[in-house]
Order: sequence, then C-alpha cells, then structure tokens
Amino acid sequence: MESANPSIKDLLAPYVGATGGLLSSLRAVNDALGHLPPETEEIAAEVFNLSRAEIKGVISFYADFRRTPPTGPTVRLCVAEACQAAGGRQVERELKAAYSEADISAFGGGTSGDVDQAACAIDYRPVYCLGLCSVAPAALVGDRLVGRANLERIKTCLAAAGEKTR
Amino acid sequence: MSQQPVRFFLPCDSAAISLGADEVAQAMTTAAAADGVRVEIVRTGSRGMHWLEPLLEFECEGVRHGIGPVNPDDAASILRAVVSGKLDLPNAIGPVEEVPFFARQQRLIFSRCGVIDPVSHHQYVDHGGYEGLACALTKTPQEICDIVLNSGLRGRGGAGFPAGIKWKTVADAVDDQKYIVVNADEGDSGTFADRMIMEGDPFLLLEGMIIAGLATGATTGFIYLRSEYPIAAEILSRAIATAYDHGMLGADVKGSGKRFDVEVFIGAGAYICGEETSLLNSLEGKRGEVRAKPPIPALEGLFGKPTLVHNVISLCSVPGILQMGAAAYRNVGVGKSTGTMPFQLAGNVKYGGLFEAGFGVTLGELVNDIGGGVRVGSGVRAVQIGGPLGAYLPPKLFDLPMDYEKMLAAGAGVGHGGIVVFGDDVDLLEQARYAFEFCAEESCGKCTPCRIGAVRGVEVMDRWRAGDDPAAQRELIEDLCEVMVDGSLCAMGGMTPIPVQSAIKHFPEDFVPPAAKRDAAE
Ligand SMILES: Cc1cc2nc3c(=O)[nH]c(=O)nc-3n(C[C@H](O)[C@H](O)[C@H](O)COP(=O)(O)O)c2cc1C
Ligand code: SF4
Ligand code: FES
Repeated sequence: MESANPSIKDLLAPYVGATGGLLSSLRAVNDALGHLPPETEEIAAEVFNLSRAEIKGVISFYADFRRTPPTGPTVRLCVAEACQAAGGRQVERELKAAYSEADISAFGGGTSGDVDQAACAIDYRPVYCLGLCSVAPAALVGDRLVGRANLERIKTCLAAAGEKTR
Repeated sequence: MSQQPVRFFLPCDSAAISLGADEVAQAMTTAAAADGVRVEIVRTGSRGMHWLEPLLEFECEGVRHGIGPVNPDDAASILRAVVSGKLDLPNAIGPVEEVPFFARQQRLIFSRCGVIDPVSHHQYVDHGGYEGLACALTKTPQEICDIVLNSGLRGRGGAGFPAGIKWKTVADAVDDQKYIVVNADEGDSGTFADRMIMEGDPFLLLEGMIIAGLATGATTGFIYLRSEYPIAAEILSRAIATAYDHGMLGADVKGSGKRFDVEVFIGAGAYICGEETSLLNSLEGKRGEVRAKPPIPALEGLFGKPTLVHNVISLCSVPGILQMGAAAYRNVGVGKSTGTMPFQLAGNVKYGGLFEAGFGVTLGELVNDIGGGVRVGSGVRAVQIGGPLGAYLPPKLFDLPMDYEKMLAAGAGVGHGGIVVFGDDVDLLEQARYAFEFCAEESCGKCTPCRIGAVRGVEVMDRWRAGDDPAAQRELIEDLCEVMVDGSLCAMGGMTPIPVQSAIKHFPEDFVPPAAKRDAAE
C-alpha cells in the first residue's frame, strides 16, 4: 500500500493551480487506479493545501469517484427515462440475473463446468443517460458504447474486453 | 492503384459508434485491401437519422447517397456495388438529403453536421464557417449584443431566458476578468443535441464562444463537459488545438488583435452540475452545490467574476444569427419563440434522432409524422418532454405547439428539446416514482424539501402502488409537491413535482391500485 503513495501524489501534482484542479486531479487518480484509494484524501489535502474534510466532501459528491476497486469489467447500463421507454428495465433485470448466477457458480465453490471467465464477475453500475437516447437502451461496457443494448450484445462486448486483457 | 480513391463518409458520432460504425470502417478498409481498391473513409458527424446508423455515404455526381444501417459483414458487397455503380442493395436509401426526415428540417445549427470532417478547419471554412465571426469583427460589442437581443434568441438549456439580456449584463459589468462558460453537461434523458454538435461541428461552438467573448469583453472560455461524453471530449480537444493552429483562438483571433482562449473541463458524474451555479462551483473544483441567487452569475459567476453561462445550442445559434441578421432569424419560429430548435426524438420511437425545426411545430407532428410513432408495441401512450423535470403528456395533447409560452400554459416546458416516447407498456405510477428516485439520487443536498422530500416521495409511491389507502397517499403527494415547489432553491426540487403531478393528472388510471382495479373488474 505504501508504495502507491508516491504515484498518487505524482498523479495529483500537475493539477495544482489549474482551474478546478482538484476535480481533474481526482479524475486522474480514479482513471489510473480504477478508484481512489483511502490514502488519496490525506495526500490530496496536503498537495492542494485543503482540509481533509473538504477533500472528502468533494469525493463524496461525485458519482464518478469510486472508493473501492472495480470487481470486474465495468458495465454501466443507462437507467434513465428514454432507456426505460425502450425496455432498459428488462435488460437490467436480465443482466442482474445472468451475472449473479455466474458469480455464484464461480465463487460459490465446487461448481464444475466451463463458466465463462469473462462473465464471472462484472462491476455493474447504473448511469443516468449516455446521450444515446435515440438508440436506447444504452450501455457502456468497458470503454465500448452499446446502442440498442440487450444481454446478448453486452455479453459479446464483455467477451471482447476479456480477450483484450488476456 | 493510381486512380482517385473511392471516398466514403461515415459518422464518428457516439450513436453511430454504439451501433458499430468503427467496425464498418474497419471492414471497409479490409474489403478494399482485398479487392485492391483505394478507398478513403472520411469520419463525419451524424445526420441525426439514428435508425439508419451506421449510415455510410458516398458521392455520386456531387450528391451524397446513403446506405444504412450497414452491417460490417456486408462491406465487400457494398464496396463492389459502389465501385460498379450497380446499387441494388436493400438498404440503399438514395440521396441522403432527400430522405423526408431530413428534407423537412430547417437546419440553421446543424447544417454542416454529418457533412464535413468535424476537425477540418478548411472544410469548416469552405462550408460557411467563421462567417458569423467575420461579421462580428466589424461590429462594436454593443452592436453584437443588440443583434442577439433583437434576434429573440432564448437559452436552449431549459429556462428559455432571453440571451441578449444576459449578454448586455455581462458586457456592462466592469471587471478585469470575465468568463464565457459553456454548459455542456447535457444531463436530461432524451437529449443529445449538444453531444451531436460537439462531435459533428465543434468549430461552431468555438465560433459562438469567440463572438460572445467579443461582445462581452470576456477573454477566457471554459466548456464544462459531462464525463459521459468521452468521444465529444476527444473531438473538442482536437478542434481546439486546430483552432489555435489556425489563429482562430489565442492572442490574435483571426488577426483582430483580440484574445480568446478556450479550455475543456470534464465533470464527474452529477446531474445537478447542469444547474449553472452548481456547475460554477464544480468548475472551481468544489462540491457542486447550488448557490443562492442573487448574485446572478452574469455579475458574480466563476471565481466571483462576471460570467456568461450558456448552453451549447444557445451559443451554436449565434454565428448563424450574425450571418443572417436578427430580423431574418426572428422570422423563423413563432411568437416569442424565435429561431430553430434541434428536437430530439428518443425512447420507444420508430425514427429516433435529431430534427431541427423552427418553433411552432406541434408535438404530434414530431412524434407521429416525423418520429413514426412507436418502434415496439401498438401505439404511443405518453411522451415526456424537457427531460426528467418535464411533464408527461398524453396523445390527446399532441396539438400543442413547441412554443415556450404555450407549453408553459399547458403545465409543460420545451426544456432542452428532448421528447421521450413511451408505448403502451408504460406505467405512469412507476415513472412518477422514478422522478422522486432520480431527485433523491441527484439532489445536491442543500434544501430539506428536495433532499428528504424526494425520499419520502418514493416511499409514498410504493404505498400507493401497494394499495395502502390511495386517497391518503394522493393527499401526501400533493402536500409534498407543494413543499418542494415552495422550499427548493433550484428547479431540481422545484420541478420534480411536474413529472409526478402531470402523470397523476393525465394518466389517473395508472394510479388505481391493483386491488381496486380488480374490484372494479368484478
Ligand atoms: C437541475 C438542473 C439541471 C440543469 N441541467 C442543464 C444542462 O444539463 N445543460 C444546460 O445547458 N442547462 C442546464 N440547466 C439550466 C442552467 O441552470 C442554465 O439555465 C443554463 O445553462 C443557461 O444557459 P442558456 O441560457 O443558454 O439556456 C439545468 C438547470 C437545473 C435546475
Ligand atoms: S432544490 Fe435540491 S438540488 Fe436544488 S439546491 Fe435545493 S437541494 Fe440542491
Ligand atoms: S436516457 Fe439512456 S442514453 Fe439517454
């Protein structure tokens, strides 16, 4: 854990003095490490010469800042109105059903078989609008935008993302 | 291999990419290599006919023809058809601009979107770009403000406030530093016009910002862009760099001796940051809490300096206004709703996309004639216009024109021009519940009626659904809405009652609990 400290500091430092620098710097850490490790608060407080409470306040305000590392490839499904109108709620239900099952078989121990590794655990987070409302429902799988999303298309993207990281 | 390459046009717009445009580009390149044909694929913005995406275009005797939606597997046959001139493809749509959805529009803002390479300075100039700026450079700041005021342009971000009044306020403020801040937070569900223009014609936004700078005396501009738009972020950054390279930004804008600088700032996932004062706090690197007004941002905005905050589309309307003149612009639209609006058709709609038209077009024309009604199901049951804080309306009100005043009188609003279409499967009680849920999720937390009231609203809706004394729940909702309207600092809390109450008013049948429905059926 200690060894992560200098890199967080290095990630934050270039933004000191920039307009809205604190926000941009936290984004840089979040992007680089996948989340904001707990020590980010203290380091940012020092780098930006602000109180820890102020840093905490900023971090907790924004949905993009994560306190814990992603549990797998990220799937963000839009849950806003245009996507609801186009069947997004159904896709969400299917996604949750499919992946909680996979989780159990992968981590519940003892289940045999060829569980698709890429499908074992996803990091699911809803999002409110991706600006793809005319081709709803919309999703973001890793960094891949998916219009007219359904479970099949999301699975295909996850498999492709799995290929890339392997 | 020495002849002219066959040139194709393919959008790099997010909607097109989400449906496989990048794969189509890849497949076309592969097919061309296999056939030994030289091709050039120009990535453009989108035409806004999203049911046709990915829409591949090519030129035929100076006219752009289209094929769409294209499946990457068909690349080889498409290439052969285009090269041989035998276009017997099932998804060939002929001349793109003759598609009725396109032909019926009046494109003042989106005229270049889908036509040119969005980051080509020369193509922008060749297609009339920077003419508005050239005109502005011959005028005094006062004259530019007058033109904007006389055009009748109103803010396209939602509130519809007259732009010219804001411009004059900032222009008249005396300070050593003023700012132009572009609101590109576009958080409303059902809207994507800002995204499309930033991805398809970003120089237009820069041109609008520069003109606003000249008129108000601001020398620095920020574009506050939501983080959900990574493709727009990339295209904007490239456009800004190109504009600097060509002397359109920087110390000597277009050789005028005037300075204007632009920076992009990426948000961090908060709907409330679309509210202008929350946005300014966020841009200062703080929590996006809403500020009490007064002071208004035009006098005390970013870092306490006079700041002109405008929606993307408001600023993108400006170059055209300078080019055509205030009177000509005012002739488009109806009454006090002048000019054009990019209406966005979303949700369960057959022909989804962006339709730019003068104000005055009716809801029914947009949803049924242009949008083609629902994509799935037997018919349109409801629309929500103007985003998550907008009203749910039934088809019997489809004669309503898109007009700020007339919409307001009907208890609705034009907002940012988004229209979300719902089919017969919609449950308006669920939608009303969601309005509260969204408010609870996205409230900045400053006012109790918004922060706590929204959570209460969800609970009451759940009891209503369960059939637990519906009359009492109805009364609770009415009271709650009243408290939210009266006790909220901004429209987040203040307008959440609009979707809720419009749903109850226009769709009472959805608020009859299942038990009562059963009794009635017996
Ligand atoms: C909760 C809330 C969210 C808003 N979101 C946006 C938005 O995403 N984009 C926008 O341009 N305006 C948004 N607005 C309106 C802005 O506060 C402001 O009126 C607008 O940026 C002014 O620009 P305009 O005059 O060009 O419309 C929002 C307002 C509220 C209350
Ligand atoms: S109404 Fe809600 S979002 Fe607006 S200032 Fe109050 S708490 Fe914040
Ligand atoms: S509402 Fe889902 S992408 Fe806009």
